[in-house]
Amino acid sequence: MIPLAERSLIFVTGKGGVGKTSVAAGLAQMLAFQGRSVLGCEVDAKGDLAAAFEAPPSGFTPVSAGENLSLMAMDTEASLREYLKLNLKIPIIGRIGPLARAFDFVATAAPGVKEILTVGKLCYEVRERHYDTVVVDASATGHIVGQLAAPQAINELVKVGLIRSQTDWMLDILSDPRQCGLVIVTTPEEMPVAETVELAAKVAEETTVELAAVVVNRVLPERFSPRAEAVFDRLSSHEGIDALSEVLGADSASVVGAAALATTMRRSRVQHMNTLRAGLPAGTPLVLVPYLFQRADGHRATRQLALHLAEEIDR
Amino acid sequence: MSGSSPGSIERLLGEREIVIACGPGGVGKTTTAAAAAAIAASRLGGDVLVLTVDPARRLADALGLKGLGNQVTPVPPEVFQAAGETPLGTLSAAMLDTKQSWDALIGEHAPDEATRDRILHNPLYQNITERFIQSHDYIAMERLYELHSSGSWDLIVVDTPPTRNALDFLDAPARLADFFSSRLLRWLIAPSRSTLLGIASKPFTQVADRILGTQFLADITEFFVSLQSMYDGFVERANAVSRLLADERTSFMVVSTSETVPLREAEFFATELATRGLDIGAVVLNKVLPTSLSDPDALAATRRLAQRTPEMTAALAARLDVDASVLDRVLETVTESFEDFAVVARREASSRERFPLGGATLLTVPQLDRDVHDMEGLLTLGSYLLGS
Ligand SMILES: Nc1ncnc2c1ncn2[C@@H]1O[C@H](COP(=O)(O)OP(=O)(O)OP(=O)(O)O)[C@@H](O)[C@H]1O
Ligand SMILES: Nc1ncnc2c1ncn2[C@@H]1O[C@H](COP(=O)(O)OP(=O)(O)OP(=O)(O)O)[C@@H](O)[C@H]1O
Ligand SMILES: [Mg+2]
Ligand SMILES: [Mg+2]
Repeated sequence: MIPLAERSLIFVTGKGGVGKTSVAAGLAQMLAFQGRSVLGCEVDAKGDLAAAFEAPPSGFTPVSAGENLSLMAMDTEASLREYLKLNLKIPIIGRIGPLARAFDFVATAAPGVKEILTVGKLCYEVRERHYDTVVVDASATGHIVGQLAAPQAINELVKVGLIRSQTDWMLDILSDPRQCGLVIVTTPEEMPVAETVELAAKVAEETTVELAAVVVNRVLPERFSPRAEAVFDRLSSHEGIDALSEVLGADSASVVGAAALATTMRRSRVQHMNTLRAGLPAGTPLVLVPYLFQRADGHRATRQLALHLAEEIDR
Repeated sequence: MSGSSPGSIERLLGEREIVIACGPGGVGKTTTAAAAAAIAASRLGGDVLVLTVDPARRLADALGLKGLGNQVTPVPPEVFQAAGETPLGTLSAAMLDTKQSWDALIGEHAPDEATRDRILHNPLYQNITERFIQSHDYIAMERLYELHSSGSWDLIVVDTPPTRNALDFLDAPARLADFFSSRLLRWLIAPSRSTLLGIASKPFTQVADRILGTQFLADITEFFVSLQSMYDGFVERANAVSRLLADERTSFMVVSTSETVPLREAEFFATELATRGLDIGAVVLNKVLPTSLSDPDALAATRRLAQRTPEMTAALAARLDVDASVLDRVLETVTESFEDFAVVARREASSRERFPLGGATLLTVPQLDRDVHDMEGLLTLGSYLLGS
């Protein structure tokens, strides 16, 4: 499989809250550290991607957020405006207001239009080689297929017209694993894993985009070897806690309790990891990212994620 | 937690007719909605319905929702009894299937069979109902309205989907009403039902035509012409839902974890609800780490543990009859583990303190050490909500 870092258009998706934005930011930072010029694009425009670099919320026009790194936020209306300017060259720019409203109407009525304006802009940046890599903090699991499949859908629905002719080159980029890849972020929990397995199948069936990797985020550290685990079980019995409290001269139930919580949480996650491995197509690279205890947001956390990702991806 | 007053959540679940659980993705909305409904049915009585969106498979099974899609299904009292509970009221559950709901809606409100079939078979319809994000939000509200006006339920607890913008579903009825009564729509379809040529002369159509192609425009037009007979109903119901959400029968329950990003989103959400004059009955902070992690005694014990002498370890090893060097490593790990989680607990506690509650009740629900997927788990969670 083509290494993730060599692809020029990387979509990062996953269930809500699993860490899409954190991982997209980490990936962008990793590539920028490696000397590639990177554009990070936030599709849902919540401002979270910019926040991951502690940069002010970005707009449609990319702004620098560090060495080799620019950020933008998707805006379908601005994308439409840019598109019309580039393609129609007719004097409607002044009257973009009513036209945009009209398009909002068409977009509401005709699914795929907003999606194509999003995907189209991203593909355009890739085609024009403005950056080495475009990392997309994409829509959540529920909407990503609609977005990635939009060029095909439009291709089927719309028989003629400018949009139709535009979908061909977009499809070329999306379908080429040397250029484009999808990353699904998950956590080792029941629902995210179930959604990931489902999505992987759906992506293969309904889109032409290759699944380049699955990132398992918030992995809790393995605390004990089997031998140590037996000792820990002994320690966390009533008798063990009493003995420890006596030796320390302080109540140690909470201390042992915290380790016990960590251990049960970790154990309950093992089965979900197994489900994930079994459910993904053979050969899908799995990238594990540890739970960040010290700090989980902001630029420091993003740098840490970049380092963890680099370590895992290089292996 | 200091801000919590157990009485008010009881009032929320006991007096409101609709409680909507909303918040950022993955924080436990579905679980909390089910737990609130279960505990309300069980301890407060009445006929309670939980309207849920994509529950985890095992939770769906626990609610008896296996493969039933859109149908309302009663949860048998035995399910409560198996969890050691004798419910005062009843609990039912329904899942929301967007496609089925749309089909049912069209089936019910189309003026005649021919129109119904024309809509159901239009290529755009499939797309709209299955893919179109906002169609999900709209249909959820439509379904809620229908269930509420059936008068069969004392309380409906509504789970919401993880939307791109958490407020989309609130705006969906209004947006749809706007859309259907927009001049643009009327203008596109009214003048020329039969002759597309008539509108092809308008500048917008010329541009749209160049971009989208005539056939596509014709499909769109035909679709909306077919729908036209149903506009008034759509608009009327959309307005009714908006009113229902805004009046005192409905309250919102904002669910979040105490992590920075979700909490920021929850705050944004709470502000927006307040701006719209909607009522926030409770803020539920889920998956809170044990309070013992910030307990001073525990911190003191951890410090002692970190500074243990080889003699202490040896004495303990002897008492527990385990290998001293393995025990030493285990104690090291226990110390680290506590410190790791204590950092997170402290950070989260201070985020909670900063959360602007307005007048809402703050409820905290602890992180359980396993997934919540049966009635027992739901009732445990529900008891935390009631503060007992
Ligand atoms: N490896 C990690 N360790 C600890 N916390 C993490 C980790 N990754 C992400 N988080 C935290 O989890 C929360 C959600 O992360 P993030 O915003 O990246 O998720 P998302 O999938 O983009 O969410 P959304 O669906 O709302 O866009 C944030 O508070 C983030 O700081
Ligand atoms: N207090 C808790 N302790 C332990 N696990 C919990 C707790 N609350 C929820 N969970 C678990 O967290 C997972 C996510 O919960 P849930 O599906 O309710 O989230 P959600 O907000 O509805 O997600 P989505 O936004 O994707 O719909 C589930 O596996 C659930 O069992
Ligand atoms: Mg995000
Ligand atoms: Mg849910």
